[in-house]
Amino acid sequence: MGNKKSQEATDSGAPISRRVLLNRIWALAGGLAFAELIILLIAFFRPRRPRSDISAQDAVIIAGAVDRFEPGTVSAFVQGKFYLARLEDGGFLAMSRTCTHLSCTVPWVAGEDRFICPCHASEFDIRGDVINPPAPRALDLYAVSIENNVLKVDTGKLTRRSEFSTDQVTYPKST
Amino acid sequence: MEEKDQRKYFRNLLLHFRPSTVPERTLRLSLTWGLGGMAVVLVFLLIATGLLLKFIYEPVPGSAYDSILYLQSRVPFGQLLRNLHRWSGNALILLTFLHFLRVFYTGAFDPARRFNWTIGLILFAAVVFSNFTGYLLPWDQIAYWAITISTSMLDYLPVVGVGIKRLILGGTEPGTATLMNFYAIHTAILPALLLFILPFHFWRIRKANGLVIPRSPSEDTGYPGPQVDAMPHLIVREVTTALILLAVILLISMFYNAPLADQANPGLSPNPTKAPWYFMGIQELLMHFHPVFSLLVLPSMLMVGLFALPYIDDPTETAGTWFRSRKGRKMALIAMGVSIIGTVAGVLLDEFQFGLNPSGPPDMITNGLWPFAIILAFCAGFYLLMKKLFSATGSEVIQAIFTLLATAFVVLTVIGIWFRGAGMQLMWAG
Repeated sequence: MGNKKSQEATDSGAPISRRVLLNRIWALAGGLAFAELIILLIAFFRPRRPRSDISAQDAVIIAGAVDRFEPGTVSAFVQGKFYLARLEDGGFLAMSRTCTHLSCTVPWVAGEDRFICPCHASEFDIRGDVINPPAPRALDLYAVSIENNVLKVDTGKLTRRSEFSTDQVTYPKST
Repeated sequence: MEEKDQRKYFRNLLLHFRPSTVPERTLRLSLTWGLGGMAVVLVFLLIATGLLLKFIYEPVPGSAYDSILYLQSRVPFGQLLRNLHRWSGNALILLTFLHFLRVFYTGAFDPARRFNWTIGLILFAAVVFSNFTGYLLPWDQIAYWAITISTSMLDYLPVVGVGIKRLILGGTEPGTATLMNFYAIHTAILPALLLFILPFHFWRIRKANGLVIPRSPSEDTGYPGPQVDAMPHLIVREVTTALILLAVILLISMFYNAPLADQANPGLSPNPTKAPWYFMGIQELLMHFHPVFSLLVLPSMLMVGLFALPYIDDPTETAGTWFRSRKGRKMALIAMGVSIIGTVAGVLLDEFQFGLNPSGPPDMITNGLWPFAIILAFCAGFYLLMKKLFSATGSEVIQAIFTLLATAFVVLTVIGIWFRGAGMQLMWAG
């Protein structure tokens, strides 16, 4: 030990001994291995992808011809998990059926002309706007497109909104 | 000779977990009510029944519900087994909560014990999450929607909330990945964690020279009283408590079946949808406050307060005396009364006054900051009033505030469980 110490002191060019250097390399290697393990774990626990890839084609649901839907009505699409609302002025909105409060499924109550969440009594009007809290924002939207008077709803992408505005509505070409 | 040796070995083994002698006075039932010991018994009962359930249960959405039906109708004693597991799990939460109250009100978190208070809080969290992860497994309507709304509460945590929810659920809504996650956590990770931390909890009691010595308010702290042999004095009491508890759980399980609704249906939320009963206090809070306050600000303040408690308040001088002192007991009773009246009045006022015709979504200010400030001001005012009125010690006033908050939580839980009916309207729904 004493020998080594004196050697260290005389080696003015190398400030750390071989032992310290090797120990540091070990520590570095150990740290790297640990970091790799953490990254592997994160990758492992990342939300699983669906086993079969849903192509963009499948996400688009053909809702039907424009005149099938009366103004002022709401139709439920179980397969796509959304509601298609036709407003009084003839415009269309496709809304998620998931309450923005705590993710319950919101039924359309035709008698009262509103969506009423059974979980915490949030209420939304036909445009998805909040009438009654605790829901913090209007129902999420799916994009609606109209081709040759046929409605298509893209369920691949959900759009959040705080409240209703007229630019969210899709209108048929000829009214 | 041989028999004697065996007894000695048995005794030695037992006494590795229990001390060889204990202060006689800590044997009094009115000190502990056997709550911690009962919790341990339930942990073992849960592990035993849970291991059996593992042989029947299938953790996949398509067959989970059917395997529960199979368990209940075809497996000999299957329904009883499930009842035992269910009621033990609920009793465990109740008993650990009572145990926590007992430790607080007897001042058993003095510096020698305060780290054990921290361990205890972690164990309590592990117990609650064990129950929560088990709640989903039957995959019926109750389970599916309770987990949906409970995990959706995470959406309101800023920055990390949505990510954590996705990680827990393994997707955006409960599905196969969720069930498998919960199954792994429920049947492997949390039991292992519990079995790992529990011995630590017991060892800290021995390091503190046993339980806190019970004393009447006028008694001095000095004299701990005589020691007695743990075998038979302590061990016999423990075994008796365990047997009585097992008998009670068995009786309950014979007469009351664990609830099972229809198979989970993601398209239909039942009315009303409720979180697991131990989260009903938070769900009730959510009815009255903006989520940022009811789910983030208030709970995290409570958490910090609970973990910090033994480092703020040193109850050494009154340790072992229920409610610190006679004055302390009076103050705690007042706090309890005030809290019951205040919480009920607050809920009714919010329901029928402010909640009558709200014109828009909950506002951060009117539904969050304002009521929050009022509650804080109320607590501060109560603190000062108590301090002045009783010329009380810091320890006694902290106890009064703790009582105020704990009672409010219990009242909110009771309202949530028994007084929220269809559409979450206030009514008798027991």
